[in-house]
Amino acid sequence: MIMLEKRPQPSRGWIFATPVVAVLMTMFFGALLFAALGQDPLVTIRTIFLDPLFSEFAWFYRPQLLIKGAPLVLIAIGLSFGFRAGIWNIGAEGQYIVGAICGAAVGLAFYPMESFIIFPLMIIAGAIGGLMWAMIPGVLRVRFGTNEILVSLMLVYVAEQLLASMALGALRNPDGMGFPGSRNLSQYDSAANLEIIAGSGMHWGVVTAFIAVILAYIALSRHIFGFNVRLSGQSPRAARFAGVNPGKLILICMGISGALAGLAGLFEVAGPAGQISIDFNVGYGFTAIIVAFLGRLHPVGILLAGGLMALTYIGGEIAQSNLGLPIAAIQILQGMLLFFLLAVDVLTNYRIKFGRERTA
Amino acid sequence: MTMKTILAGATLALGLATGAAAQDTTTVGFVYVGPIGDGGWTYEHNKGRLAVEEHFGDAVETVFVESVPEGADAERVMTQMALQGADLIFTTSFGYMDQTIAVAEKFPDVRFEHATGYKRADNVSTYSARFYEGRAVQGHIAGQMTESNIIGYIASFPIPEVIRGINSAYLHAQEVNPDVEFKIIWAYTWFDPAKEAEAANVLIEQGADVILQHTDSTAPQAAAQAAGNVVTFGQASDMSEFAPFPRVSSIIDDWAPYYIARTQAVIDGTWESTDTWDGIGPGMVGIGEITDAVPADIKASAEDLVERLRTGEYHAFTGPINKQDGSAWLADGEIADDGTLAGMDFYVEGLTGDIPQ
Repeated sequence: MIMLEKRPQPSRGWIFATPVVAVLMTMFFGALLFAALGQDPLVTIRTIFLDPLFSEFAWFYRPQLLIKGAPLVLIAIGLSFGFRAGIWNIGAEGQYIVGAICGAAVGLAFYPMESFIIFPLMIIAGAIGGLMWAMIPGVLRVRFGTNEILVSLMLVYVAEQLLASMALGALRNPDGMGFPGSRNLSQYDSAANLEIIAGSGMHWGVVTAFIAVILAYIALSRHIFGFNVRLSGQSPRAARFAGVNPGKLILICMGISGALAGLAGLFEVAGPAGQISIDFNVGYGFTAIIVAFLGRLHPVGILLAGGLMALTYIGGEIAQSNLGLPIAAIQILQGMLLFFLLAVDVLTNYRIKFGRERTA
Repeated sequence: MTMKTILAGATLALGLATGAAAQDTTTVGFVYVGPIGDGGWTYEHNKGRLAVEEHFGDAVETVFVESVPEGADAERVMTQMALQGADLIFTTSFGYMDQTIAVAEKFPDVRFEHATGYKRADNVSTYSARFYEGRAVQGHIAGQMTESNIIGYIASFPIPEVIRGINSAYLHAQEVNPDVEFKIIWAYTWFDPAKEAEAANVLIEQGADVILQHTDSTAPQAAAQAAGNVVTFGQASDMSEFAPFPRVSSIIDDWAPYYIARTQAVIDGTWESTDTWDGIGPGMVGIGEITDAVPADIKASAEDLVERLRTGEYHAFTGPINKQDGSAWLADGEIADDGTLAGMDFYVEGLTGDIPQ
């Protein structure tokens, strides 16, 4: 008879072990899935998890990991503050879009002028854009008690329509013969978010993501703000006694996540994506939620989790083109990762007991 | 022998092996924007890929990646294909344009073919189909099939390609039925079954008894089937599972002949950067079977129209045609030039409403 017994304290060991176990279980069941699809399971797992790092063309894939992982980490770091305090900003995707639109709009307004001031102005505009978009659910929650989960999620769809309208209207490339999409910012020197060292993948968004990780670590573990955030999440009542203003905390957490998501959008539109287009957003804002939880809402964990997610994306593409694996199989693998994480998580708070059920 | 020399030897042998293989076979890559099972746009491109495999057998190897987002991901997938030895890469979505040009610059020896774009380079061709010829046939049938004189149109995005289709369908519907009215819904998506079904139902409620779609899913077909008396046309692929009614005909994108010809050109060493815009004539646009749900006389005149388009005897945009505001566009007998068609951003006279901005 297997029983679950609640631990008096969450197990510290399992907090760190669960993500690793979840990854291993994903690999194992992923291998079974690939075998069922008629693939060599070991080759497939190697292609997805190791080829981006160690294969013949790893010099190309390694920088790509940074490019793919940076927006995930940047957004997830922002989300982790709110998630720790029990404030659920599900709409990072929308804040990412609006940040990109605002930042790109500032850059395009200056076109074709060349000046070193343009890019910093775009960064500020991107952060403010994301911040203001996140303030809508934040203020509504504080002022009227609305549910920030619903409002922030719904605003993603509003942002997507806004994006389409911008790509087809106000920001459309005047030289584009009527086709949708803005000018390519990565071809406009003053506005381009280029690699700092060519071929390294290190663009300003990657740098910002690393800085965000460090600042978040300091804020959460070495600063009273981090203490208030954690306290509010664990016991809102205790937090109130400790003098935490819940409304202010909500606005700050929403603001941080919105601003970071907006920055991620700006760095993406000015660099890797290059332009505002109808399908500019590809789900970073939603994937970042997985990254935040996979990283245990801890800055360093998020950094590792972002790298892992980027790895499955890039390895997944290699597996598709080299092994003919369908994309659905890759998506199942990514889904399994979160599923096993949540499943194994039970061991953090519960301990498994083997034995006969005793009757009283 | 140290471990290092063994490894070096193995690498060398592997390198020689792959080098030899690369000379024997031509590798053709395909980058898809949707899943290959979308039943529409990507499905037809993938059919073109399969036709290439079948035609060349072992001489050609094809690789593909599906559901590739436009942007940095597309650039990475193309680079990866080029690195792995692809000789020819088809990038099958308009949104891949800048990425295709960027990757092509880094790999001057790899040939690229970008669908529906307008930027070319020495190693980048563009290709697209004159779908508006198929729209003319749809309009011709739709104008005569409607009893309410209201034709619903599910449009995707207000871009020249889609506007051209609306104009062509309207001109030919109005030609056979002067009272016809178009109701247009902009879905802002290429593929979203839920949104498309909703749009179809709204149009049906507004009295439309013919639905034309420029989106790729079969959801509008299913909605029309549920309504019972609404006519539809297959889009991008034949959608024959809804024949003979509601689907009475279809526009089929047939990329196979082009893909085979371009692959052959690479094998022969005769590939050159070109701009291809083919219609019914060369077979890039196919008209799916017109079913018996269409009265025989309408079917006959529609088939006659297809034939005249095929031979080039008739152009779908032949004057006199006025723009929506009443100003003259084409004089009597004048034929639209490709430049204007490619950048079309206006409605023709008779259409109501504005193109959204």
